[in-house]
Order: sequence, then C-alpha cells, then structure tokens
Amino acid sequence: MMARTAEAVVYALIGIPVLGGLAVTLAASLGFLPALGGDAFSLAAWGRLFAEPGLGGTLRLTIGVGFAATALSLALSFAVLAKLSGRRSGGRLDAALAPLLASPHSTIAIGLAFLIAPSGWLVRLLSPWATGLTTPPDLIIVGDAGGLSLALGLVLKETPFLVAVGLTAIRQFPAEANLRAARGLGFEPATAWLLVVAPQLYPRMRFPVYAVLAYSLSAVDMALVLAPSHPAPLSILALRWLLSPDLADVFPGEAAAMLQLALVVAALVVWRLAEGIATALLLRRAESGARDGGRFVVSAFATLGAMTFVLGFAALLGLGLWAFAWRWTFPHAFPEQWSLALILGRFQRLAEPLTTTIELALVSALGALALAIAWLENEDRRGRRTEPVLIFTPLLLPQIAFLFGAETLFAALRLDGSLAAVAWAHALFVFPYVWLALADSWRALDPRYARAATALGAGRLTTLLRVKLPILLGPLSLAFAIGVAVSVAQYLATLFAGGGRVTTLTTEALALAAGGDRRLSAIVGLAQAFVPLAFYLVALATPCLVYARRKGLQAP
Amino acid sequence: MNAGSLVVDTISIAVDGRRLIADLSFRVDAGEALSIMGPSGAGKSALLSFIGGHLDPVFRASGRVWLDDCEVTHLSAERRGIGVLFQDDLLFPHLSVGGNVAFGLTAAVRGREARRTAVAQALDEAGLGGFQDRDPATLSGGQRARVALMRSLAATPKALLLDEPFSKLDLDLRREFRRFVFDTARRRGLPVVLVTHDPADAEAAGGALARIG
Repeated sequence: MMARTAEAVVYALIGIPVLGGLAVTLAASLGFLPALGGDAFSLAAWGRLFAEPGLGGTLRLTIGVGFAATALSLALSFAVLAKLSGRRSGGRLDAALAPLLASPHSTIAIGLAFLIAPSGWLVRLLSPWATGLTTPPDLIIVGDAGGLSLALGLVLKETPFLVAVGLTAIRQFPAEANLRAARGLGFEPATAWLLVVAPQLYPRMRFPVYAVLAYSLSAVDMALVLAPSHPAPLSILALRWLLSPDLADVFPGEAAAMLQLALVVAALVVWRLAEGIATALLLRRAESGARDGGRFVVSAFATLGAMTFVLGFAALLGLGLWAFAWRWTFPHAFPEQWSLALILGRFQRLAEPLTTTIELALVSALGALALAIAWLENEDRRGRRTEPVLIFTPLLLPQIAFLFGAETLFAALRLDGSLAAVAWAHALFVFPYVWLALADSWRALDPRYARAATALGAGRLTTLLRVKLPILLGPLSLAFAIGVAVSVAQYLATLFAGGGRVTTLTTEALALAAGGDRRLSAIVGLAQAFVPLAFYLVALATPCLVYARRKGLQAP
Repeated sequence: MNAGSLVVDTISIAVDGRRLIADLSFRVDAGEALSIMGPSGAGKSALLSFIGGHLDPVFRASGRVWLDDCEVTHLSAERRGIGVLFQDDLLFPHLSVGGNVAFGLTAAVRGREARRTAVAQALDEAGLGGFQDRDPATLSGGQRARVALMRSLAATPKALLLDEPFSKLDLDLRREFRRFVFDTARRRGLPVVLVTHDPADAEAAGGALARIG
C-alpha cells in the first residue's frame, strides 16, 4: 500500500513540473501567459526569435558542440574501457575518478577556464621557458567562437561519467569470457573488444549516452563560463531573454526554449538512426573474417581519454592553487605567496550558501532515496518490473524547456522562491540518478534471501529493514552520494524555482565566474566540489566500516 | 515433537500459458520424506515455492496446502511455518553465524540469555560449537550448509522443503550433509519434501518418489 503510494507520488512529483512546465512553455511561446498579460494567440515570439541576428550561428554552434562533445566522450570512454578490460584495475579507476564524477559541471568549467585562459596555469607552466612569454598572450581561448573550449569542458566531465557507467554495465554480462573466446578464435584484443564487447555494452548504456547528448546540446551552467557570447548557444540565448528586465522578452525566450526542445528531440532521433548504421557496419565487419584493425585507434583514443582525466584533475588542482594564492603574477608557475586569510575572511560570505546547498542536497537526496526504495520494493512485491520512462524525461529534455514553466506552476501553488520548491526542482534530476544507481544492485539481489527470511517467519517490513537494506548498504549509500552530487550541481533549477532568491554554492560560483575575482571564484568553486566529494568518500567508507568483519559484503 | 503431516491437494501451476504441473496431490507424514524428480524447467522449484508461499506472481497456480490439518494456502509465507533450504545456503552476509541462527530463532524463546543459549545449542548440534561470532563468508561450504539448516530449524517449522540443497556440495560432503539433514528432520518429526536431479539424494531420503515433467 505504502509502496504503491510512492509510485503515484513519483509520477506526480516529476510529471507535474515537467509536463506542466512544458505546457506553460509551449503556451507562452504562442502568446499565452496570463501572469504577464499574454492572453491571445500570437506568433510574434517566434517572429522575434527567427529575426534574431546570428540565429544561424547559434544553431550551428549548439548542434556542433552537442554532437562533437557526445561522440568524443563516448569514443574516449569506450577506448579507456577497452584498454581496461582484462585488468583488475576497473574498480580502482572508478574510485580514482570520484573527484571528477562528484564535481559539478560548473566547477569543472571554472577550473578549466582558469587552466586554459591566456593567463591561465597552463600558459604559466610553459612560460617563459618554452613560449618566451612574459605577459599573457592576446588570444581568445575561453569562449572561442567555434565552441572548442565548451566542447572540451563537456568532454572533461562526460568522459569519466561514461567510463563509470560502462564499468557498471560491463559487469552485467560475461564480457571477459566473450573476450577470451574471441581471442581464442584469433582476434586481436582491441578488435575483439570492438566487435564482441562494444555491441553488448552500448545498449546497456544507451540511456546515459542520450542524457549526455541532451545535456551537451542544452547545457547552461558550463556554457555560462565557456561558451562564446556572440553568437551564443541556444540555451544561453533563451536564458538571456527569460532573465531580461523587460518582461515582454519572456515570450521570445519561451520560443527559444521550445526550439531548444525540438532540437534535442531531433538530435536524439538522428543519434538513434546513427546507432543503427554503426551497428550494421560493425556486424558486417564482425562477419568479414578480419581479425585485426582498430588497435591504433583504440590506443590513441585511450591516451586522449587519460589526458582528459589529467586535464580534469589539473582544473580542480588549479582551483586549489588560486584559492590559497595571495600573490601569483604572470608567468610564475606557482603562487609566490600563499595565504589562508582570504579563505577564512570569505567564510562569512560562504556560510549561508553552503548551508543552503547542504540542506537542499540532504532533503532531495534522502527523499529520492526513500522513494526509490519504495518503488523497487513495490516491484518485488508485485513480481513485475516497471521501466518508468517518465522519470527519465527530466534528463532527456532540455532543462530550460520546462523549468521556467515549472516556476510559473510553483508560483500558482505559492511555493515559488521557497526552499521546498527548489528541493522539488532538484528532485526532478536527483531521483532518476538515485533510481538508476540503486536499481541494478537491488534487482541483482538474490530474491531467495527475502524468501529465506520469510520462510523463517519474518514479515515483509522486517525482511526489508533487516535483510535487504543491510545487504544493500553499499549501493544505498553510493546512490545517496550521487543524489547529493546531482543536487549540489543544479544551477537552472535553483535559479528558476528559487525565483533568484535562493543562493547555493553553484549559483554563487556562476555569478562570480562572470566577475574578475579569480581567488574568490576559486574558493567558491572548490567548496562546490568539496561538498559532494565529502559525501562520496563517506559513502564509499560506510560499508567498509560497518561491515569491516563481513567478507561477503566488501565492495566489489 | 508435535509436527503433523503435510498434504498437497490437486496443485496445478502454469506460466505464460504453459502448464508445468497438473493436478498433483500427495501426503507426507511426520518424519517421512517425499522426493520429487524431474528435468530442469519441469516446475520442481515452482512447486516448492507454491507450498512455501513464495511463488512468483508470474506463475498461475491453484490447489491447496494443508499442514497439521490446517489449510495454509491463503497464509502468507512468513505465517505458514514451512522451512526452506535452497541450492545456495543464503546466509545473510551482514550477520554473524550466530546472528543468522538468531534471526531464524522463534520469538517463543524469550530473553537475551535464553536466546543466546538456544543459538549455541543449535550450533553445537551442527558440530559448529563456538562459531557464533564468525563471519559466514569465512566458513567452508559444508559448514555454511549446516548453519543454513540450523537457521531454518531454529524457526521451529512444521515442515521442511529442500530445493536441491545438496547439488552444489562435493560428493563426500554431500553424503554427510544429506544424512545430517534427514536424520535431524526425522528426529524432529518433520515432513520433508525434496526436489532433486540426483537419484542418490532420493535414495538417501528413504521415502516415496514422485516424478514430474
């Protein structure tokens, strides 16, 4: 009964803001938005959108960056996974990548900007001995017109994500045995991986890849730091209008948000078709008898993949340097003077957003975890699995297409600007990730454990609390930490649902990124990465501490 | 002991419109054993699940189960008082060996000290005296199997279902554990239903033999 209620709660929690938000956005783009006096059908908003100078450039940039970043992240992560196969280092890599996985997109973006800027750490490390520079070069690197820095930022964040997803997915089928069989038939390891493992692995990570594509096409947080401003990506164009002091600009903003939605949906369809073609080519290759090929490409991409990890860590490390730097003039490779004073001095300013960030993360992650447990327990009781498509829509649709509309709904419920509304908006993104992180382990738990418990006289609730949850402590705490990381990273959800009145580390970091104070920016960015990482470490340590004397439950 | 008989009355089980078991009836008296043999996929495990109340909702089943002259068909699994041993021992990995037995131990044994003693006695009976605080993962397969049996018996079931619990043990262990299970069940006067692939198991059970599938 309770479990069934949970399912209805999930559908309402996600369905109302997403579908309602989309409906409001669509209506507003067609002139209907009573709150702003829009009460008649009109195509004026679309007219203004299409009359916008540089719209063609905007679309080219958006599509180019989105597809390039997704395809590259996928290729790099597959190459890394191929190189890892047959070694036992997969689990360790997972843990080693935790700082990159836990860091919000905006932290990586800010760190990368500080790293590759003309006066950034990279140029300083190479100057003057290699470049001969004593003053920063006069180049536009961050926010380049081609969107290269934006694409790089996305690749830095998404490659580790896809590697982590792949490491989990690859355990769901006998990849190593398949690989040994193929090698026994005379295939080179890289070729065998591409022809035998990849086609089985990809369908298991299809959904995360789609989420990466949707995100890369519509990201706001990374784009605010790394994207060019003229022409800007479509999401930024929409955001500017939506946040404009002139309220009439909301209408073209909503039209741009709808265009963004259409773009993402079309891109997902195109990607799906490309999958079919790639699979057909791969299968033809697999039956052609060729037993080699691909080795060089796999090695090259795996090296590039490793380099993106290094670059990601350098971005975080660079933030650390800036946060503690007192004096750091160009072209010194490291700060000349260090200081704690600045961090301590700014703590006052940080305290409030930090508290808000943690409150929101705890509420949305704990709520999502409880709902996910109820959902999966309900599945067990009915003996039927449900593949809840609706709960993934927040990850597959551009945020800007429904969050602004959702704010209108929150306002109608008199929730706008409250922490509750922001936690709700966060939960849209937290729940699907928590659910995904938990579902595989939950469903993989041998159902006979529960049967053994009931045969011993334990009721369902006892079985849940005393058998299932304790055995699943590891996955549960990891799912919780992932939920925290997702919540901490939310920018647009906080901005819109909070009505601009709720300040978290992420909104603060992005507000500061536009300013010129690198040290302050670095301090906030670092705090932003620290919160989820701390939860990750606690989550990884919890089962080890609680079950230190239970070998059967040591992390896999 | 006061356990009575287990009666199964015209059970039919189907899955996806395919009939696995049709109108099967049998009676097992206290201290007796019935062995059920049949090929994989014949519905042996489904039959035990139905008797124990664990049948997955994807199966459609009809028929009645009586225990001690009481019908239990409509009771939930935890209220039937029917113990099950599976192919794997399924010791709960988060609990100690003693914790596993204590989890099963009937609530009728009250008081911390009394429960501790009961657990110790059960482990002694299985030749595992002093194993209370051990991590189940550090036990051998044979030891784990015996703990699983003691855990089941600690709940004072009125009948015992054996779902190929010997199949994963090697030959010597299998013979020894088999004898231990049947002797213990006979001593306690429990009706036992065993499903197996192995004729030697059925022979050791010493009772009637039924074939399905």
